Amino acid sequence: MATVTFDHMYKRYGDDVIAVNDLNLEIADGEFLVLVGPSGCGKTTALRCVAGLEDISDGRLLIGDRVVNNVAPKDRDIAMVFQSYALYPHMTVYDNLAFGLKLRKINKSDIDKRVKEAAGILGLERFLDRKPKALSGGQRQRVALGRAIVREPSVFLMDEPLSNLDAKLRVQTRAEIARLHQRLGTTTIYVTHDQVEAMTMGDRICVMRDGLLQQVGSPQDLYDNPVNIFVAGFIGSPSMNFAATKAEGKDLMFGGAKLELTGAQARAAESRPAGAEVLIGFRPEHIEIANGQGGSAVRFPAKVDVVEYLGNEELIHAQAEGNEIVALLPSDRKVAVGDSVDLAVPMEKLHIFDPESEKTLVG
Amino acid sequence: MTAIQDTTVRSQPRTLSERLARLAGRSPTHIILGLIGFIWLVPTIGILITSFRPSADMRATGWWTILVEPRFTLGNYERVFEGEGMLQAFINSVMITLPSTLLPLVVASMAAYALAWVKFPLRDTTFLIIVAMLMVPVQVGFIPLVTAFRESGTGLLTNYGAVWLAHTAYALPFGIFLLRNFFITLPKDLIEAARIDGASNVGIFRTIVVPLSVPAIAAYGIFQFLWVWNDLLMALVYAQRNSIQPMTVKVTQLLGTYATEWSLLAAASFVVMIVPLIVFISLQRYFVQGLLAGSVK
Repeated sequence: MATVTFDHMYKRYGDDVIAVNDLNLEIADGEFLVLVGPSGCGKTTALRCVAGLEDISDGRLLIGDRVVNNVAPKDRDIAMVFQSYALYPHMTVYDNLAFGLKLRKINKSDIDKRVKEAAGILGLERFLDRKPKALSGGQRQRVALGRAIVREPSVFLMDEPLSNLDAKLRVQTRAEIARLHQRLGTTTIYVTHDQVEAMTMGDRICVMRDGLLQQVGSPQDLYDNPVNIFVAGFIGSPSMNFAATKAEGKDLMFGGAKLELTGAQARAAESRPAGAEVLIGFRPEHIEIANGQGGSAVRFPAKVDVVEYLGNEELIHAQAEGNEIVALLPSDRKVAVGDSVDLAVPMEKLHIFDPESEKTLVG
Repeated sequence: MTAIQDTTVRSQPRTLSERLARLAGRSPTHIILGLIGFIWLVPTIGILITSFRPSADMRATGWWTILVEPRFTLGNYERVFEGEGMLQAFINSVMITLPSTLLPLVVASMAAYALAWVKFPLRDTTFLIIVAMLMVPVQVGFIPLVTAFRESGTGLLTNYGAVWLAHTAYALPFGIFLLRNFFITLPKDLIEAARIDGASNVGIFRTIVVPLSVPAIAAYGIFQFLWVWNDLLMALVYAQRNSIQPMTVKVTQLLGTYATEWSLLAAASFVVMIVPLIVFISLQRYFVQGLLAGSVK
């Protein structure tokens, strides 16, 4: 097992495409780190650099204490699970699992032991004699995982390994990978574009956009304290509501409604000149229907547009001061289309951003 | 109810009348295909029959008369093999064709792998230059190559060496072109997975690329085999000693000597033809698959 360190790493294609821009990140031994971001953000490129499938343009990459910039993939002590599984179609499951071990000249009885052990962990014993084309998608996925674990590498690299599975199997395999990580404790870098996968699986999440690292932190850290508008909007489902307001001393003017702030939020508003535009953000699940009493919450009126019933919850789409607001409320609130309601957001759940730099003004 | 019965009849013909009815449904296509096949086969059948007829008969009547008065002899084959050295020529053909097929196969597939999957400077330019060589006609090489072989003092022109090298050289551009374009369609992830698993380029080539490209490699092998086996021009130029000349050369010599002895020529020609026919029929599965190589994956 080993740490992985990106030390000011760059990956450029030609002169004008920077796929990974000054990535600085240290992944602890045994950590499960998720690289997440929209497509084209550089997450897969960063992973392929760790695998040695792409050369690094600048900076250093370390696995353990060793700089691996110029080390061949096979000498990096890593294993990778591909999105397409990349199973060898002409070999049986057994041979697929044993392939890497044979190349490392491990003796036959050890190979046999390790292949059977991995097959046991993943429930593949019955399929060892089959070829990949005779397996279902989920089984193929497990063979791909098995091929990585038999090698007992110091780092696992996973490139969107669940994206070819159907929704139910994805949830199941997600848990399986998490369990595998608990059991083996191997440092894992996991790439996905799905923020739900990132939230549920990662010890830490690294959000990327346009080759730049946006924020690294625990899932809760990213959820509670996003550093900018992009992370705030990317993490959480349904995504955060944003609305434009104007600073007015300690308070913000939201159309005709005045949002009275306290604490850190008030200090953030105060830091802006009067009349300057300020973006507020709040999550659908933090919105409540104001019940008249005060408390430390901002409140504003809204008119309900659409109600989506989800069972125990309802997704309410409402118009507030020209902004569409989505709120996730318990179904027993009985909100109907056309209702005018007062919505409230607890003060500590209110995020305030600078619309120009897109960075948070709180904290 | 009737619809159900209909489908059962169509999917599983049980009685003879059902089978005949089914055949009749498909017959227009089959009849036309059979007819075309037959027309193509007539000359071959003619040669085959002529080669078994006594010379006197052959001069008097056409080969189709065997339908009314069948008379056969093995005499033509005996004369061709024993008297005219066709046996040695057959051995020469094999001795020329096998190495001239295997050598380009090995070299072209390795070069194709490098051009498809190994990163090196000017890779695509190299490939373009090789493809451009497809346009060089064989005749261009005759004088310089024969001179070079002769002056090299290696005696290549007196043994099979020169003809092997010449066939290999002229086969490579097409082989590299065909195989590289097939190899490049293999999934990139597969090659990368093998690389991470610890395989070297030789290992990837041997354990992943070759097993997955058998149809393309086999098709190219068959192409090359047929080309070399049927070749006359290159053999005339590069296999200059009588004792190493292949059957194609021998047949042209017979043509000069026995221009009127059709039955001898027929026997010799049939020996030349039979090997490619056997190769083609036994490997046609790969051939048809391989023809699609590169176009439809």
